[in-house]
Amino acid sequence: MLFYLFVTVALLSLSSYYLGRKRAFAVAGSHIRNLHSLPSFYGSYTALWCGLPALIVFTVWAALQPGVIIELVVASLPPELQQLPPGRLNLVINDIKNLVSGNIVSSSPDAAILAAADHYRHLQTTGNAALWVIVIALALAGITYGWRTISPQLRARNRVEHVVNALLIASSTIAIFTTIGIVLSVLFESIRFFHKIPVSEFLFGLQWSPQTAIRADQTGSSGAFGMVPLFTGTLLISGIAMLVAVPIGLMSALYLSEYASPKFRATAKPALEVLAGIPTVVYGFFAALTVAPLIRNLGTAMGVHVASESALAAGLVMGIMIIPFVSSLSDDVINAVPQSMRDGSYALGATKSETIKRVLLPAALPGIVGSILLAVSRAIGETMIVVMAAGLSANLTANPLQAVTTVTVQIVTLLTGDQEFDSAKTLAAFALGLVLFIVTLILNIIALTVVRKYREQYE
Amino acid sequence: MNKKPQRDIKTIVNASLARRHAAERRFRWYGLIAISLGLVFVVLMFANIISQGYSAFWQTYIELPIHFDSAVIDPEGHRDPHVLENADYAALIRASLRAQFPHVEGRRNLRDLYNLVSSNAPFRLRSQVLDNPEIIGTEQSIRMLASATVDTFVKGNIDRHIDESLRSIKDQEIAWVDQLQASGQLKQRFNTILFSKGDSREPEQAGIRGALMGSFYTLVVTFLLSFPIGVATAVYLEEFAPKNRWTDLIEVNINNLAAVPSIVFGLLGLAVFINFFGLPRSAPLVGGLVLSLMTLPVIIIAGRAALTSVPPSIREAALGMGASKLQMVGHHVLPLAIPGMLTGAIIGMARALGESAPLLMIGMVAFIADVPGSFTDPATVLPVQIYLWADLPERAFVERTSAAIMVLLAFMILMNGLAIILRKRFERRW
Repeated sequence: MLFYLFVTVALLSLSSYYLGRKRAFAVAGSHIRNLHSLPSFYGSYTALWCGLPALIVFTVWAALQPGVIIELVVASLPPELQQLPPGRLNLVINDIKNLVSGNIVSSSPDAAILAAADHYRHLQTTGNAALWVIVIALALAGITYGWRTISPQLRARNRVEHVVNALLIASSTIAIFTTIGIVLSVLFESIRFFHKIPVSEFLFGLQWSPQTAIRADQTGSSGAFGMVPLFTGTLLISGIAMLVAVPIGLMSALYLSEYASPKFRATAKPALEVLAGIPTVVYGFFAALTVAPLIRNLGTAMGVHVASESALAAGLVMGIMIIPFVSSLSDDVINAVPQSMRDGSYALGATKSETIKRVLLPAALPGIVGSILLAVSRAIGETMIVVMAAGLSANLTANPLQAVTTVTVQIVTLLTGDQEFDSAKTLAAFALGLVLFIVTLILNIIALTVVRKYREQYE
Repeated sequence: MNKKPQRDIKTIVNASLARRHAAERRFRWYGLIAISLGLVFVVLMFANIISQGYSAFWQTYIELPIHFDSAVIDPEGHRDPHVLENADYAALIRASLRAQFPHVEGRRNLRDLYNLVSSNAPFRLRSQVLDNPEIIGTEQSIRMLASATVDTFVKGNIDRHIDESLRSIKDQEIAWVDQLQASGQLKQRFNTILFSKGDSREPEQAGIRGALMGSFYTLVVTFLLSFPIGVATAVYLEEFAPKNRWTDLIEVNINNLAAVPSIVFGLLGLAVFINFFGLPRSAPLVGGLVLSLMTLPVIIIAGRAALTSVPPSIREAALGMGASKLQMVGHHVLPLAIPGMLTGAIIGMARALGESAPLLMIGMVAFIADVPGSFTDPATVLPVQIYLWADLPERAFVERTSAAIMVLLAFMILMNGLAIILRKRFERRW
């Protein structure tokens, strides 16, 4: 329904463009040069008057309507239902909503709820009808106003450009709103979590077993929310990944930029970058179904016990995923080193590898460190590989053959499936998200500043 | 006195040359080995997935003569649709199988026999009868899906020589399958179910259509939101914005958002779009919103690069002819930069297509058998479907997971190829 209203407004707006343009020709008479702006600007001016107020009202109304309707429905419920605790009341509201949308209802509805559902439906129809009338009326009023104000003196271009400029600014602020949204959404839930579990326990606790009691007398009711094992697990897997990715990535970048012929480079570089384009879920599948059994069988053959969800498997595959990040970032960095430095080294009789080791690498070191830091932040935040190939149990160990769990794995397991939103369990996921966000943010900022400083040095 | 040390240096250098050249060769080899390792991983992964998944594009069918017995389907003979709908079609299949293998006796053995065909076979018979009630009373040769075990066995993924207790198919079942194969009733055909059906608990009935449609709806939302906003932001920052702290802040924000872990965007989606705004869970609309926030930085960065590659002389010429700044951008700069922006957008879309972690957070991981039909229907996307199937132990699902991965990779190659073609076609050197 609302979609059709949107389309209607858009069509109205489009037709008002032609109306406005025609009007501009009409008021100009035979002298187009009398017009202040090009006729198309008068068209856009009318179209904006038609579409903009209508769409603003439409958005605000559509966003507020469900909330208002629920308020009204709750107010009309019989008092004994209104006095229910918030949790139960929510269930009742859900029942009403399900009745309205024709879904299956949890229990057989009684008369009061049926009446409320009717009321809800009635309010919804009235609200939608009112919205249609108001929005269309606004659009038509906008057309009329725009149409009547068009005169040769009207500075249509300036007005239209002001609006467009405002729209451009508004869209560029979305990035800021996203960051604010991330920070606020994670922070608020984390603060609620820290009301239940103290910060010190969360940051320094050595136990992680996120259960919350449904009943007070339940066995194992006390959940433990210490994130140290998760963090060491994350570091272990990321460490293995970096052990794979840094040597391979760095050496590939050096070879491609210093030794390889242009032809070889033109084929090998994109082929290596294919690794960056493969979805992480594919790596996860590869790790869980191919690499992990391979490592376990290898371990059994050598008489070592390897867990079936060993950190080694996840780390190895994650390392493969990160190779192209390290290689393409360090490639940029190495190419930024001025040719004169290489030439100076060759003139002194150094071989290529000596030039690389003694001149190129020291000169490019800050940039390389920056790119490695970016890769580390990537590894820490990587989710699908570890969700599919790493374990769930939080072991505090440095043994890569054992199963460990990571921050991202726990966020996923805590938040998938049905849970009530207020339990410490789900809130813990947001606290972990906050930690993850802060750690990766710090790494990124350091890396970006280092890389930028380094670039400036040679520019 | 003066000559002696010089000769010494010469001999020292000459003596060390062999060592230095060896080191040089070694270093070169390390580089070559590193690159080949990387390339080997690429090849290995593709080979692994293709070898596991190519067989999923074929599916085993069993062709059985079915006698549409009017005594079973419609004893009263009224052709009442309600009666036809509720008839016991499984009995027809059972009768046919028993006629085919008259020597099988005992409840357990008979059950094994009936399990040769997939559990949806009775529904197929029913829809055939409902479509054309004329066939009641006749005998028709009907092609039915074989069960996943039979399918896996026929594809050679179960070794018939290992001990019976170690494999999921019994000796007698193997004998039946062999007999059906010998009589030409068991055949492999192209697996259309994979592309035409939604998810299912039975591997042989599971398809990726639902996930593909979910991905499609999600990407439509993502593109509709992130492309206009991304282009507008890029234009503002590159052409209009004054250089001050505010625009610096925006730039820092965009660069940081590009490096925020994807799962954090999922948390944002869960807290803001679902819990705060009350949008439906598991809906492509929410998935698209989250992914558009994620792809926005990619599109902005690509868009700015495309704008900077337009030479300033074009701008100066437009302004010199009396165009306003907006006219200059709208009529001249943007049309020249749009191919580059589109290339960036397609690459961003390809990344969004492969993204799954944030979508887990907003509930797009549910088991959904229906193919979604709108932006608010519960849905899942292709990578998440892969994740869900990868968890299932059946060999037939491993095969289908690999096939789904191949489809996903095909789409990504297609999109990236499109981006490369666009770039090649519209690239201009100034």
